[in-house]
Amino acid sequence: MTLLITVFAAVIATVVWYRRDPEDDMNVGLLCWMFWGAALMWLVDAVYEYIELGAEYFTPSLKDMLNDSFLGLSVIALAMVVWVIVLLIRDPKGKVRRSFYRNRARKENS
Amino acid sequence: MACFLVPAAEAVITTIATKVMKKKEQSSGKDHERVEITLDGQHTETVEKRPFSSKMKWLNNLLWGGSGLLMFEHLWHGEVVPWFPFLTAAQDPESTSEMLHEMSTVGVTMAVAVTAVWGVMVAVSSALQKRAEKDAEKISEEEQTAEE
Repeated sequence: MTLLITVFAAVIATVVWYRRDPEDDMNVGLLCWMFWGAALMWLVDAVYEYIELGAEYFTPSLKDMLNDSFLGLSVIALAMVVWVIVLLIRDPKGKVRRSFYRNRARKENS
Repeated sequence: MACFLVPAAEAVITTIATKVMKKKEQSSGKDHERVEITLDGQHTETVEKRPFSSKMKWLNNLLWGGSGLLMFEHLWHGEVVPWFPFLTAAQDPESTSEMLHEMSTVGVTMAVAVTAVWGVMVAVSSALQKRAEKDAEKISEEEQTAEE
């Protein structure tokens, strides 16, 4: 489930990057790299598990599925937090820096 | 157990290699090489060619991103802890050998798989770049003959 959720996230991030952000102003490319990198690594992990477990790999218990889904969603949340932090630090549209100046001007006026 | 450490180690090496390569490209002026391309097969435009160090960054991003998220998974499963020795499998020799075995099998395969995918990406992007440049050359030649 973690692999599946990450692959979906990678595909969605890639489509968003391709359709809306060709100049990558919002740094969506970072999300694509993170999700694709993790998806590839989990795919390798899944192949090894399949070799070990066989067809049993495709019939996980409900508890395992829930735990893996929860993990998958948490991974997406973590990646998005990293993306937002990097976006705010890089500040490609200058919005963060501009907000500092606006506050400063207000203080000077008052 | 600690399979993510192998791609993470590769990420450290490739990041250093990228920085060295970037410096070399800057000193040789290869980082601002301009070429003429066509994207629609009708009009040409002059663009800056992406240097190889920039393509190396794709690999760095895949490796860092992937191993970072995998580290979180290991934290989730209690295999990585925020105190020494940081890996629960490193606490006894039996678990350590199991961990090393996993790193040498799953970890190495992960690193190889990511590098192979990146290699395909570089090959495809180079082929597409060459085609765009060749098509632009053809258009320029056609324009020249039409002018004559």
